[in-house]
Amino acid sequence: MKIIKAPLCGEDIAELKMGEEVLIEGVIYVARDAAHKKMVQSIRAGEDLPFDPQGQVIYYAGPCPAPPGRVIGSVGPTTSGRMDAYAPLFIERGLKAMIGKGPRDKGVIESMQKHGAVYLAAVGGAGAYLAQRVMAADIVAYPDLGPEALLKLTVKDFPCIVAIDSQGNDIYTRINATDK
Amino acid sequence: MREVHVDNISQAIAVAVIEANTILPGDIRDALQVALSQESLASASSFLQIILENAQIAACEKMALCQDTGLVTVNIELGQEVHLVGGKLEEAVNQGIRDGYQRGYLRKSIVNDPFERINTGDNTPAIIHIHLVAGDCLRVTVFPKGAGSENMGQLAMLKPSAGLEGVKEFILKVVREAGGNPCPPIIVGVGVGGNMEKAALLAKQALLRKVGQKSPRPELADMEKEMLRRINALGIGVQGLGGDTTALAVNIETYPTHIASLPVAVSLGCHCTRRIIVDL
Repeated sequence: MKIIKAPLCGEDIAELKMGEEVLIEGVIYVARDAAHKKMVQSIRAGEDLPFDPQGQVIYYAGPCPAPPGRVIGSVGPTTSGRMDAYAPLFIERGLKAMIGKGPRDKGVIESMQKHGAVYLAAVGGAGAYLAQRVMAADIVAYPDLGPEALLKLTVKDFPCIVAIDSQGNDIYTRINATDK
Repeated sequence: MREVHVDNISQAIAVAVIEANTILPGDIRDALQVALSQESLASASSFLQIILENAQIAACEKMALCQDTGLVTVNIELGQEVHLVGGKLEEAVNQGIRDGYQRGYLRKSIVNDPFERINTGDNTPAIIHIHLVAGDCLRVTVFPKGAGSENMGQLAMLKPSAGLEGVKEFILKVVREAGGNPCPPIIVGVGVGGNMEKAALLAKQALLRKVGQKSPRPELADMEKEMLRRINALGIGVQGLGGDTTALAVNIETYPTHIASLPVAVSLGCHCTRRIIVDL
């Protein structure tokens, strides 16, 4: 299976095709609703973000607390559609991949095509399995947000499928439009 | 009259929320295994394998199956001949959740107000339904449900002329619009009849029925079978990525209704629909 090393460079992106199963290795950032809202407030105020999105991967998730002896609790993907309003602002700033679950809207897909980014689906509801693929976890910003804090993870063999590629091919359009 | 100290209820709920969040119900595990043996799309099979492996890891490591450990609904069947002592029932339920979510390293996902949105920090309050029943039993059903699936439920107040076909079309519309968001393979809970809130409660009650257990009414059992076939033919598939496995079960519950009404509610449960029953 293809391994994607995070952060990514431009060449890797174009090669990733819709439907391809991949394993992610490297550093990714975790952010969901509240962290996105705060980061977008910073962008609009002209302030620096807690991390530079250039070449990076954002994982839409909010983990369980880490039990003793573990780096993180259960950590599966959350529904990506809630971040659609925010995602283009990050893609414009160099974000190369998003990991989540469920479809994305037209605005996100167009931005991905324009700037060269991919959307990867992880297995929703497999939080315990995915937690075992996380080697390290650190809070980068917004600890006050609890489960919604901005985190930096080091992952290995983290399984995903390319749901929408940088050419705009969208796996979610496989769904039959009509009932048989 | 039988006396029950409310602290016993707190303790039972604390244990139950941890168990519910870490151990996949056997009926769902079995249904997932059957789905895996029948799935024709390779990527869907990989994801089903991961889902089944996730359940093993969660049980062995005592970790949450899913990081969204949910908003907890607690249904209490309270015998009329039970006397609760030592405090208030609702406070005892919330104390149990507070203790269980802390002790089990479960995520706290509840905000204080829909507009203010400040995390309450202990996953309370729960949604509590109390039913008075005959006798001296005390049965507690703990049902933590994540928002991924919960946000995809819908309710319609149909015209009675819409009839059976109207209800079937509405079920398909809800499932189609939900797509991959509710974490398929899903369980489809359908409540038909009553009024607005009764239909919603019936849909939730339908999710509590075990996968594979048909409606006792033959015509409804047939409708459940037909809807399961039609939903799986939509091709939404595991996690919305296509394939043969969109739903594991369609469960339909009904209630008498008004001459002018045909309420129908559809609630979707994810592939780790967690529910546990405790008798005290």
